[in-house]
Amino acid sequence: MLRDITLGQYYQTDSVIHRLDPRVKLAATIIFIISLFLFDGIAGYVVAAAFLVLVIKLSRVPFKFMVKGMKAIVFLLMITVVFNMFLTPGEPLVTLWKLKITKEGVKTAVTMAIRLVFLVIGSSVMTLTTTPNHLTDGMEKMMSPLKKIKLPVHEIAMMMSIALRFIPILMEETDKIMKAQIARGADFESGNLIKKAKSMVPLLVPLFISAFRRANDLAMAMEARCYRGGEHRTKMKPLHYERRDYIAYLVVIGYLIVGIAAGKIVGML
Amino acid sequence: MGIIKIKDLVFEYIRRDEEGNVEGITKAVDDVNLDIKQGDFVAILGHNGSGKSTLAKHMNAILYPSEGTVWVDGKNTMNEEDVWDIRQTAGMVFQNPDNQIIGQIVEEDVGFGPENMGVATKEIWERVEESLKAVGMYEFRKHSPNKLSGGQKQRVSIAGVIAMHPKCIILDEPTAMLDPKGRKEVIRAIRALNDVEKITVILITHYMEEVIYADKVYVMDKGKVTMQGTPKEVFSRVEELKELRLDVPQVTLLAHELRKEGFPIPQGILTKEDFREAILKCQEEF
Amino acid sequence: MSIIVDHVSHVYGADTAMAVHALKDVSLVIPDGQFIGLIGHTGSGKSTLVQHLNGLMKATSGNIYFNGEDIDSDDFNKKMLRSKVGLVFQYPEHQLFETDVFSDVCFGPKNLGLSQKEVQLRAYEALKQVGLEDEYFYQSPFDLSGGQKRRVAIAGVLAMKPDVLILDEPTAGLDPKGRDEILDQIAKLQKETGITVILVSHSMDDVAKYVDRIIVMNKGSVMYDDEPREVFHHYMELEQIGLAAPQVTYIMKDLQNQGILVSDDVTTIDEAKEEIKNYFARLAQSKRHGI
Repeated sequence: MLRDITLGQYYQTDSVIHRLDPRVKLAATIIFIISLFLFDGIAGYVVAAAFLVLVIKLSRVPFKFMVKGMKAIVFLLMITVVFNMFLTPGEPLVTLWKLKITKEGVKTAVTMAIRLVFLVIGSSVMTLTTTPNHLTDGMEKMMSPLKKIKLPVHEIAMMMSIALRFIPILMEETDKIMKAQIARGADFESGNLIKKAKSMVPLLVPLFISAFRRANDLAMAMEARCYRGGEHRTKMKPLHYERRDYIAYLVVIGYLIVGIAAGKIVGML
Repeated sequence: MGIIKIKDLVFEYIRRDEEGNVEGITKAVDDVNLDIKQGDFVAILGHNGSGKSTLAKHMNAILYPSEGTVWVDGKNTMNEEDVWDIRQTAGMVFQNPDNQIIGQIVEEDVGFGPENMGVATKEIWERVEESLKAVGMYEFRKHSPNKLSGGQKQRVSIAGVIAMHPKCIILDEPTAMLDPKGRKEVIRAIRALNDVEKITVILITHYMEEVIYADKVYVMDKGKVTMQGTPKEVFSRVEELKELRLDVPQVTLLAHELRKEGFPIPQGILTKEDFREAILKCQEEF
Repeated sequence: MSIIVDHVSHVYGADTAMAVHALKDVSLVIPDGQFIGLIGHTGSGKSTLVQHLNGLMKATSGNIYFNGEDIDSDDFNKKMLRSKVGLVFQYPEHQLFETDVFSDVCFGPKNLGLSQKEVQLRAYEALKQVGLEDEYFYQSPFDLSGGQKRRVAIAGVLAMKPDVLILDEPTAGLDPKGRDEILDQIAKLQKETGITVILVSHSMDDVAKYVDRIIVMNKGSVMYDDEPREVFHHYMELEQIGLAAPQVTYIMKDLQNQGILVSDDVTTIDEAKEEIKNYFARLAQSKRHGI
């Protein structure tokens, strides 16, 4: 069942967010992340939260999928919070033996936690609503000005999309080879680090050989289908901005202005 | 001149030992002459190492002759400027279904060839639709190739080639890695291409039952064409085929065995219907 | 030395909405020394079943007993089981990794913790059993032909001296010559050593010649479990699930439908030939009596 794993965990449904041009989503995600570090004070984060809730509602992706991404960073989150709480110097609130929790520490810890959580949820919205190949398309188009400085933008995008296609295949292959070696008495679990590393040889050698064989086959198949790089190439699904994309850009810029303004106004009061 | 003409083709490769010293030269294809007529269904038989795949790769300008000449639709494959034309005229489907699908969605994979050729967007969509319909995979156009069966993946690969509007399609053991059901699906799709779309088909295989519908069969061994003719003609030579350790259809073998016992059964029985007729005749004459 | 599969089921993703029942209430007895064909099309559960037999997969419900011991009980030695029930996967040559053939075959017995002498002895024996000539022993496995590579991979499992040898599609991707050679070799090995062999395949033609018993799987359940000719009687049902009886069965059936009174109880060409000859002999006799 390894083949069901898709990178980025795309959630299939139909929504405005799903239909947006991938470039808009990429740009919006970047702006959103920057905004988290620009905003200062509660007001900014309230605006960010409101924006996030709005987008999630529009995307029609159940909220629990957004939170799934959180599991991976729970540990990181805890470390950040604890370190900030105890190690920021300032006015002590509670003193536990030699450790002090300071007012400034609590403030930084909360800010960092909010930033991290929002950052993860924000990027999840993008990956949940955009297929990986749409994403590569978007990146290719966005980076196309870089072709002028001889950056092989098309090739990079092509490599990314091939990698995305072959990751599930190679994962399944790993599983198969592992089972085959276990059937020959191999032990991938016990032993110290060196022994463990050694035990990986019977897995990695066949896996590399297989990957090279596949790469060779694929290159031949691509050539047979007239592939010769990005030049002269047309697109089956070219990217076009539509009205909704321009509107989305305006909304994102509006969000940024409101967020900054809210912070300033609250600060003045 | 036919769609593909091969004259005195020799392909050699140099074997080297671990230090890179030349150990010897192997002739993978040894003095082969072929002339394939437009619209024909041609099968090339032989077991692994007989040179059949090497021969096939010459028809698509993936390999180039050491000696002799290959013309595809009148164009010499050695002319570099014609390579892309040749690859478009003679499309190729390979053995491993996983290693030739490039797109992450079925329709995108089928569109890959036309994209490379610079076909306009609107026409790509038309071609993708018609190609997927031709192999009966249209309803799967939005699926991920990873979730398809082997037979379905091969049909997608075939659609990917048809979308390039080739005159000829070369299939290099397209069924070798499939189960019987997948094999049937693929062969059915290939026959439809030949019958309906009139595309020349060159099928390379080691399954005998796949070649009984061919117009012409070539048998290869050790780089040479050792037998050629209609399936009936080739399958009449049961003893020779057995010597080459090729699989003869069971019905052909049974007819052959009975003939050896003195039954008046004609040569080259290929289907159970042929066999039934022959036995009924025996009964009448009895 | 037997394997008992007792009401085994296996469910993938049991607690999700996408639960797939790969095995449904499978019960089997695999006695010593039998040559068994396990047939089913892709997705019928046959590969899942064999992975249960050597403990690579765990049953969702039901039990598997190896020589009377429950293989899922805590004190059961799984490593011992894997050496006793040797499983050769599909395209086993993809698991080769050593620099030469002989070392690769040594991998299995070495993992069993045997002495170096014993390891080498077993590797040598196994390579002989699969019919590989000495000249290949110290070559890189990657320089061999497809059929030879596969033999090396099978030897790698044989060197563990299993009591039961399971081969998952051992002929996949081979040409007819390579296929016949491998199957003949396995049949010879079975006869000479008397080990239990389970041949997993989707081709009736491949197994009909060799096996004593055929188990047909469909949608995770055992559909038929009998001698080959008994199983082929159900050729209509087999057809419906995407399998087929050997071609001769159809040829004979076709003759029957034309009023030629031959038995369709044949599975090989020789049997078919005899049956047709007998038919004409009977015909001759009745003609003589008629006159």
